[in-house]
Parts: sequence; structure tokens; C-alpha cells
Amino acid sequence: MRNTRDTKLLFELSEAGRRAHRLPACDVPERPVSELVPANMLAAEPPALPELSEPQVVRHFANLSQLNISVDTHFYPLGSCTMKYNPKRNERIARLPGFADLHPYQPESTIQGMLQMLYELQEYLQEISGLDACSLQPAAGAHGELTALWVAAAYFRDESLKTGGERRTKVLVPDSAHGTNPASASMAGFTTVTVKTLTSGALDMDDLARHLDDEVAVFMITNPNTVGIFEPNMREIADRIHQAGGLVYLDGANMNAILGIARPGDFGADMQHYNPHKTFSGPHGGGGPGAGPICVTEKLAPYLPTPVVVRVEGRESRVEGQKSNPTPSLALDPRPSTLDRYALDYARPQSIGRVRAFFGNVGVLLRAYCYIRTHGPDGLRRVSENAVLNANYLLSRVKHFLPVPQGDRCMHEFVASASKLKSDKGIAAMDIAKRLLDFGFHAPTVYFPLSVKEAIMIEPTETESKETLDAFAETLFNVVGEAPDVLHDAPHTTTISRPDDVRAARQPVLTYKSSNATA
Amino acid sequence: MPYLYTTPEDQAAMLAAIGASSLDDLFAMVPPELRLNRPLNLPPALTELELTQHMAALAARNEHAGTKVCFLGGGSYDHFIPAAVDELAGRGEFYTSYTPYQAEVSQGNLQVVFEYQSLITRLTGLDVSNASLYDGGSAAAEGVLMAVSSTNRYGKVVVAASVHPEYRQTITTYLKDLGIEVVTVGTPTGVVRPQDLAAVVDDKTACIVVQQPNFFGCIEDAASLASIAHDAGALVVAAFDPISLGLLKRPGDWGADIAVAEGQSLGTPMQYGGPYLGIMACREKLIRRMPGRIAGETVDRRGRRCFVLTLQTREQHIRREKATSNVCTNQGLFALRATIYLALLGPQGLKETANLCLQKSHYCASLLCNGVPLAPPVPPRQHRQPQPPTTADSSLHTSGATGSASASLAASTTSTSHNSRFQLAFAAPTFKEFVLRDKQDRVDELLHQALDAGFLAGVPLGQWYPELNDCFLVAVTEKRTKSEIESLARSLD
Ligand SMILES: Cc1ncc(COP(=O)(O)O)c(C=O)c1O
Repeated sequence: MRNTRDTKLLFELSEAGRRAHRLPACDVPERPVSELVPANMLAAEPPALPELSEPQVVRHFANLSQLNISVDTHFYPLGSCTMKYNPKRNERIARLPGFADLHPYQPESTIQGMLQMLYELQEYLQEISGLDACSLQPAAGAHGELTALWVAAAYFRDESLKTGGERRTKVLVPDSAHGTNPASASMAGFTTVTVKTLTSGALDMDDLARHLDDEVAVFMITNPNTVGIFEPNMREIADRIHQAGGLVYLDGANMNAILGIARPGDFGADMQHYNPHKTFSGPHGGGGPGAGPICVTEKLAPYLPTPVVVRVEGRESRVEGQKSNPTPSLALDPRPSTLDRYALDYARPQSIGRVRAFFGNVGVLLRAYCYIRTHGPDGLRRVSENAVLNANYLLSRVKHFLPVPQGDRCMHEFVASASKLKSDKGIAAMDIAKRLLDFGFHAPTVYFPLSVKEAIMIEPTETESKETLDAFAETLFNVVGEAPDVLHDAPHTTTISRPDDVRAARQPVLTYKSSNATA
Repeated sequence: MPYLYTTPEDQAAMLAAIGASSLDDLFAMVPPELRLNRPLNLPPALTELELTQHMAALAARNEHAGTKVCFLGGGSYDHFIPAAVDELAGRGEFYTSYTPYQAEVSQGNLQVVFEYQSLITRLTGLDVSNASLYDGGSAAAEGVLMAVSSTNRYGKVVVAASVHPEYRQTITTYLKDLGIEVVTVGTPTGVVRPQDLAAVVDDKTACIVVQQPNFFGCIEDAASLASIAHDAGALVVAAFDPISLGLLKRPGDWGADIAVAEGQSLGTPMQYGGPYLGIMACREKLIRRMPGRIAGETVDRRGRRCFVLTLQTREQHIRREKATSNVCTNQGLFALRATIYLALLGPQGLKETANLCLQKSHYCASLLCNGVPLAPPVPPRQHRQPQPPTTADSSLHTSGATGSASASLAASTTSTSHNSRFQLAFAAPTFKEFVLRDKQDRVDELLHQALDAGFLAGVPLGQWYPELNDCFLVAVTEKRTKSEIESLARSLD
């Protein structure tokens, strides 16, 4: 059934003179381009784009789409990525012209509905995190990390001015942390120091003690952590960091486990990011978009990027650019007074500035807003309960045939290890991942976290049924028992077999050239 | 709850298998003193119908490009999006998948990235492109970081004041904690004067950052600027407008080493500023410093062509603190949209789109500065001027008979009023945007009146450039009709 004709590269399908999109004739008096554009800046001809018809383009991309596994079509237990169902209602709402066709520089008076939504989302995210202030500007989780670290750097810069002390230069990161954590720390100008974790997944408190000193600016912790457990010493860790004068950053990638159950602000975090594309169901788009809103404590609020959305209460007359201080509880009233106005607050002298152009990844934030409104307080809690139920159920079935070093219980995900299979039979985590594809399952995340050998990280999410989990567990059981050769050659039924990654990296071919092979 | 379907029986069976007594028991590892022992203070749940009504009510409180005629630009534009872009990018197999870690079940996405990279290199005239960054502003900042690390010059970077102010602010944020100085070159004439650039670029300069066409819509003498940088051993980071490349020289052809752009123009709705598409392309020798994901061609075990993520040793999941960037989730869906958009337009479509922007913005500027047509408003359909049946080529690149005919037509339909309220702030040539100076210096009031008359007429510039407090930026895309432009001119008069 595979259509290999229409999935040739666009450039191979191209035929000189073909046209898809046509433009209207120019309805204003036309002037010669050479009069309007300096000759030395004028191109001799337009870029060599492919020339195609509209039906060709449609068939090409429709066929390409069918070469993907997606949440709409398959179980996608990619650990740490929270590949939950992406509600269709949110897609339709995001397409409303009253959201989709807003220019970012429209006057505030023309975008009151948008600003109200964004303002309320700030409030919801603060409430869910137990923190005091919010910036919706960062474009993804990693961008949120970076933004928060800049906030921390600015805070410590002011602190060292006040106290005359040295600036803090270190960021502590557990060895189980996501790669973005240390990468963000270096981009923000900090030195990363790795702290060990134990087999249970818990932080090694002795190692923490060894590294904790007055040079530590921030401790970045993922909780629930990347092994899928709630950090047993969370409170003590936070207390120790705070006693040493540092700040605690919470990587919120795993918020799906604790919505309405525990709040980072209550368990010691000073700052956190959310991944609304995970926790709040934003579709992952084949790689993105995401968003990375951050919440922080009051003392860090002045440093957040500009602008933030503020509510100006109806009775006060509005002063442009005035720093207003809205009362948080008001926003949670579903029907705010129609006299209230929403405004963008730029007058924030201590702010770190901007981390991108324009307001933020609003389309993703809008879907997060819809998701939160759809669930309400009880619904969000049930999301986490079911995410944790599903993960524990799968864990209870898998641990009998694939070791799970962390133990018998988990939060929203767990990490199995193929380490023993590797030494006994030469079966690697990657082999198992590839073989699962043959049975219509997306593979779990493999080789992350680095703290677990031959890691297989499984996150089912709450939007999967018991039947799916049972089918997956049975398949995994069968796969683990298969002959090593079958696994080494897997997958067998997909459109391609295993690609030659080494060749791709050694002789990089990164763009189409007409000499490319057309095998 | 709408997206959960575990029945009470399932739940009981699952808890039994786990060996847990209750849902609550599953959270035993969360220390009781750290739990939230109250419901979240959030509004109650809404059904799909209620949510849809609530959101429609919020949406109805916004004006938008469908209710007001949009002449706003400054990095986000009301360009036309062909239906096939929405329909194809709206396929769940695309938008509900994630980063193609498993190549065997992601060939669709991987091939799209490879095609996207190929299109971007053709568009920019550079050798390689990544799979996307967050947006134009952060792509510019990443481009600067790349230039700093590859030149090993941690002294300073030189940025033109005519670069998008929010890109400049973003660059400043990215560099602040690294101790790298950002030097801004003023652009009082609307473009960078080569001598001003030469005065600040030295052997400690990692790169210059210029934008073409720049934030004011003006066309820079980019090649001269690039050679000043290169003579000092600095790199050139160029922000560009993808649509302009239907007519203008490609960044790689005038000397850019790293080209970055906001790709929103290529088929992504404005949606109040994001999510958009950060484009980045560079010369081959810089590739190991490039941030973000990159797809490459290879073969599978049976020798068939296929695509994979490659050169990953640059990335955070492998190199951690030594990675070229922290970027993980990117803007894949908008790279897909750009790929579909460019495939639909083709070279001719891109050129015609660019030409319509150029012609209409010039018509708009001359109308606003020189006078308003005498003819009373006529519905756009009847009003359209009959076009001479020329091919796009002859009307674009020659200054033959068609050109002069149109020019005299322009003269005949406009009255030349010498006391127009507006003048162009800069004499430099422009592409699809221009800066108007309001001689009465009442920009806010003026834009407010225009809004009442049904126009989002322009972006006031005083917020970024105090010296341009009496100026605003007007953008005219291919979507704006002659009658819309003429109505704008009348309403501003
Ligand atoms: C634990 C963790 N931290 C951070 C990130 C980075 O988030 P993003 O991909 O949204 O930048 C991810 C996701 O990929 C993650 O799983």
C-alpha cells in the first residue's frame, strides 16, 4: 500500500513550469522593480524552489504523514515526554480567528479577551505550583530553565551588591537530570557540578553535602525525578540549599504526576518551569512547539522577563505603564468584573529583559488554558491519579521480566534496565525499543536517564486504557524472550529497517543535491 | 473526566495487581507534610460545549486581522496562508507526533525536516540549515553565540540599531551573563552607514548583526557591511525576511555567514506572537557549532535511502553542559508549515508575493505622503485596474513599457497635495514596510482614529526609539487590496 512515487523528495517531483498557489494580479499601479530596489541587492532570479501542483503537494505530505507514529494513531510511552491525548476541542478553539489572527503589536484595547486568558493562565499556573509570580514568555521547557537561571543570576547580582559578597557561580545538577539542565546552566554563565544519585533514584545526600558551599547559586532538581520517584528527601534538600544561600529550581517536566497533590512552592522550590506541551496536552508537533512558562517566589518576581500581564481593576483609572499589584484571588473568579482591564506591564526595572521576540508561544498557552478549564481542580487531580495508576500498573506487570532498579512503586513513569539482558544475551535497550515498533507501539525513551544502565523509560500517561497497557506488557514480555538475532535486526515490518547512523554522521548529507541517490 | 476511561472495575483490578489499597496509597512516597491537602483554587470543570462557548466569548473580545484591516508588521505579518497548509499540517499523524527519535516510525517527519533544510539553504544561499529554533529573536541570539564560540572572540558583538528591537533585547539577555559587550551602531538615516560600522568593528568583534530588509523596512547596503566585518575577521549574522527573497539577493550571496529569520511569514498564523519558527542557516564550516536538531540522509540496512537525526554530538542530550545550545523541543510543526508553503508557492509564487508586497507598500507610501486619489471609494472588485497581460518576468525585472505606463497611471489617480500630514522618515529604499513621520506628532491619537475607522494602521516606534516618537511603521502584504490602501489613506488624512 505504500506509495513510494509521491514520497520522493519535493525536488525530485518538481517539473519546470508547474504552479500550485497563484496570486492575484497586481491591482495597484506597478513600478519597475529596478526603480525600487538597488541593483546590487536584487537577485537575478528567485531561489530554486521546487515547482509542483497543488494535488501533488497534498499527496506528498499526506503520504509522508502516514510514515509517522503519532499519539492519534498509536500508544506512545515515550518516558519524560508525557505523550498524552491532544484534545481536538482545543485545536478547533485555537483556530478561532479571534485568537489565530491577532497581531502581536495590536493595541491593548483590541486584545482584552486574549490578555484576560493569559492573565488567568498566569494565575492558574501560580496556584498549581504554589509560587507567587509567573512569566509566560519562554518558548519551551529548556528555554524556561534558561530564563529562570538568568533570573537567579540577576537576583544574586543584586544580592552581592547588597552584601558585598562574591557572586555565586555554580549550579548543582543530579546525574539523572535531563541534558537541558546542565546545558542551560552553561548558557547562563554558570559552572555545572554533577551530584550523584543512588540506585533507588534518590539523591545521594552525602554527595550533595560534599558539593554544597557558598558558591552554589542554584540546585536544579526534577521532582518527581527522571527515574519516576518522588524525591524522598525533598524538604531536607531544599532546606540545605536555602541554608547555604542557594535557590532551588524545579524542572517541572514531570508535573503530570502531582497536579493538585503536591506543589513545588510548598516543597521548597523557588522557581519552576512547566512543559504545557506535556502536562497540559499541547500537541508535540513532530518536535515542537512547546512553551516553558516559569513561576517564581515573590523575591524573584521583579526579575521576570517583560512584559507580564496585569489586571487593572475597573474602579481605578488606568495609568499607562504603571506597575499594578493585582490581588491573586480575584483572577480565580470565573466571571471577573467587565470593568476590569488587562494590560501589559513593561515598567519592571529589575527585569532580565526579553528572552525572545513577542509575547510567547501563545497558541500552546491557549491550549493549556483550555485543558485546565476542562478539568477544573478535581479533574486535574484525577489526571495525576490516573497517570500514576497507569504507570504503577505497568510497572507491576513489567518488573517480573525486566528489572526495575528503583523498586516496586513509581509516580507517573518508571525506568527499567536491560543491563542484565545485555550482559547475558547481548540484547540492548535499543534492540527492545526497535522490536516494539514491529508490534505497533512507539518505543519508550531509551538511554535516559544516564544514571541507569541500558535505561528503558516508560511513561504511559493517564489517557491509555487498561487493555492497551495489558497489550503493551504482553508484547514487551514476548520481545524480551525472543532470540537475540531477531531483536538485533528489528524492526522488520516498518517502512525502513535500521538506518546507518554512523554513515549519516561521518558523511553528512544535510540537503538535497541533484546528485543525491534516488534509491 | 473527558480523556480518562478507566472504569471502577479496571481501577480495582489495577490497584490489586499493584498491591495498593487505594489511589491515595499510590502516592505513599510523597511525604504527607509536603502534600496539598485542599483542592486547587481553580474554576470548576467545563464541558466541551461550555468551554467552546467560554472561549468564543473571549475570542469575541479581540479585534483581529479579520475585523480590522491589518497594516501591522515589525516581524509578524498578515500574509495569506493557502488552505492546503492548514489541512496538511492539521493531520494528527504530523501534529501529535514528537521529535523523530525512532527513525523507522518517523520517516514522514524526518523527510519533512530534510526537505525543510534543503529549502532553507536554497532560500538563503547558505550551505546548511538546522531543523528550527524557537523564533526569530532567539535564533538571532543563538546565531550570535555561535559566532562568538567559533571566532573565539568573547570581547564584543556589534548590532545595528535597525535590527528588530526585540531581537536586540533578546541578544542582550543571552549575552549579559557571559560578559560579552553588545555595541549598538546607530542608524539615524534608517540604515547602517558603512563608516559608522567600520568605526566600531575591530579584532575583538565576534560578529556584526544586521537585518535585511531591516526593522524599518529599509534595504541595507548589506554587502558593504559584510565586507567591513570580514576584513576585521568578524562573522556576519543576518536576520532576513523569507518573503523578501523572492526579489532580494540571498544572505549567503551578499556575505552573511549565519542567517536567521522569523519564519512566521511562511504559512504560520500571527496568533499574537507565537508559536512561530526560528530559522537558522550557516556556512558549512560552522556546522559543528550549530544549535538544534539536524536531519541527514543515510541508508537503512537494505540500502534504501532514509533520513535520521544526525550530528547529535552537538546536542544537550549527549554533550550536556558542553552542548552548543540547550534547545530540545523546537518548532517542528512550523517548519512543516513552511515546507508546505514553499512547496505550494514555488519560485514564481514567492517572487510574485514579494513583488506584490513591494508594489503595494510603495503605492501605500506614496499615497500617504503625496496625496489621496480623487476618485470616490468604489467596491474593490469594480475598482481593480485592468492589468496588461504581461508575464511576471517582464513586469518584474525590466523597466520597459509596462513600468512607465503604470507610473503615469499612478500620477493620474493621485492628487499631489503639498501639505500632506506624513513624510517618509527615511530616504533609503524599502521592501514591504516603511516608517512614516507624522508632522503633527500625534501618533497615538492618529492610530486610535484609524482603529475606529477599521484599520490597524501601524506600529508606533517611540516605545523602542525615543527619537522616532513621531513615527510609525506600516506594513503592506500581498493581502492588502488597492481599495483597502486607499481607504486607509483617506481615513488618515
Ligand atoms: C526532564 C526534562 N527536563 C527538561 C526538558 C526540556 O523541555 P523542552 O523539550 O520543552 O525544552 C525535558 C523534555 O524534553 C525533560 O524531559
